Amino acid sequence: MPKITYIEHNGKFHEIEVANGLSVMEGAVQNNIPGIDADCGGSCACATCHVYVDEKWFGKLAKKESAEEDMLDMAYEPKKFSRLSCQITAEDSLDGLVVKMPLKQG
Amino acid sequence: MIKTDVLIIGAGPVGLFVVHQLGIIGLNAEVVDNLDKVGGQCIELYPDKPIYDIPGIPECTGKSLVKNLVNQIKPFKTNFHLNQRVQEISKEEDKWKITTNKNKTFIAPNVIIAGGVGSFEPRKFSVKGAETFENKGIFYSVKDKNFFKSKKVCIFGGGDSALDWAIELSKFAEITIVHRRNEFRGAEHSAEIARKLEKEGKIKIKTLFQIQSIEGKDKINSIIIKKEDGKVEEIKTDFVLGFFGLIMKLGPIVEWGLNLDKKTIPVDTENFQTNKKGIFAIGDICSYPGKLKLILSGFHEGALAARACFKLARPNEKYRFEFTTTSKNIQDKLGVKTID
Repeated sequence: MPKITYIEHNGKFHEIEVANGLSVMEGAVQNNIPGIDADCGGSCACATCHVYVDEKWFGKLAKKESAEEDMLDMAYEPKKFSRLSCQITAEDSLDGLVVKMPLKQG
Repeated sequence: MIKTDVLIIGAGPVGLFVVHQLGIIGLNAEVVDNLDKVGGQCIELYPDKPIYDIPGIPECTGKSLVKNLVNQIKPFKTNFHLNQRVQEISKEEDKWKITTNKNKTFIAPNVIIAGGVGSFEPRKFSVKGAETFENKGIFYSVKDKNFFKSKKVCIFGGGDSALDWAIELSKFAEITIVHRRNEFRGAEHSAEIARKLEKEGKIKIKTLFQIQSIEGKDKINSIIIKKEDGKVEEIKTDFVLGFFGLIMKLGPIVEWGLNLDKKTIPVDTENFQTNKKGIFAIGDICSYPGKLKLILSGFHEGALAARACFKLARPNEKYRFEFTTTSKNIQDKLGVKTID
């Protein structure tokens, strides 16, 4: 079960253990961490679970599918290390993952 | 002013099915939705994605589910008021007066909110000045293409709307497409045409750029765009079009005096009534202990809310529970031809 750090746009840290198999989005929503809306419920269809993955971690994640890249076009201020957190699945190898939330989701 | 038994807000799967549940018990309904078509998230977010958890339907798509739901309510000849959202709800004696942003008004003893996560609105530019110029220099849709004749227009986005309008407007306007990456998600064919027009010098394409600022006082003079590496460019332009898809916003619902829990409306699970008598909430927008955001849960919620609506719409009649399988009464309403 990896420990994932979510950093709100205002800098507030949340370190949460997220069960393997859950998405990084679900880890946030189930623990009431603000800053991730996930309007569509995790079907890669709304771009409101957008996060900036810490640079050190970005390359270690499974690659984006084209559907995720397409949705990121619609995200609020997408950057180089942007991901949709519903498309990142928690697993032991992600222990220590750090993601930052954008100013807003839309 | 339209009088009805029930005003339904939201034409997603749950809003559509509650029309059926109301119809079979003899109540009529009018439906308002902010999209230009029925189907809600099923149509807007995942028309072609598979759904596996509709009871009795092993697999369907958002599109096919909506098509079947629309077929199922055909007998009730329901009016849909699309492209508008409900702005205000106020008390009028013992009924509710509902007004949309297109000034259409309804009078109904019951309102059912089946609004999902809110109404779909265009995603907008977030840079400074974007709001000031909205509908003056910045647009999120094209109403009259001739408006842009012989003008400089910057189009943001990489989807079909961005590409289609760029191609269309390039016939008589000076077009620059700005997109955050090299790939376009719009139809391949459209992307090819756009690239071809670029080679012919008829369209400019700036990829890997995003907007940084909008310059101008009374009108837009130019925009500054920026690359990830910090490189900036200024583009002289008269108009800016943004096509970033749609986002769901709760919108005016928050001003109707309903209890809210984050973005949801708490309800009584006996009848899915909110804290206001005669206003019900069903589907993704309602919350109660154990709530699941599933389409099938919304169907159940609608069935119960419909029965509760009957009491307020027909105070002098008694509601009788009947099965569609055996009720001649319901089958008549559905227009079923029975052989005696």
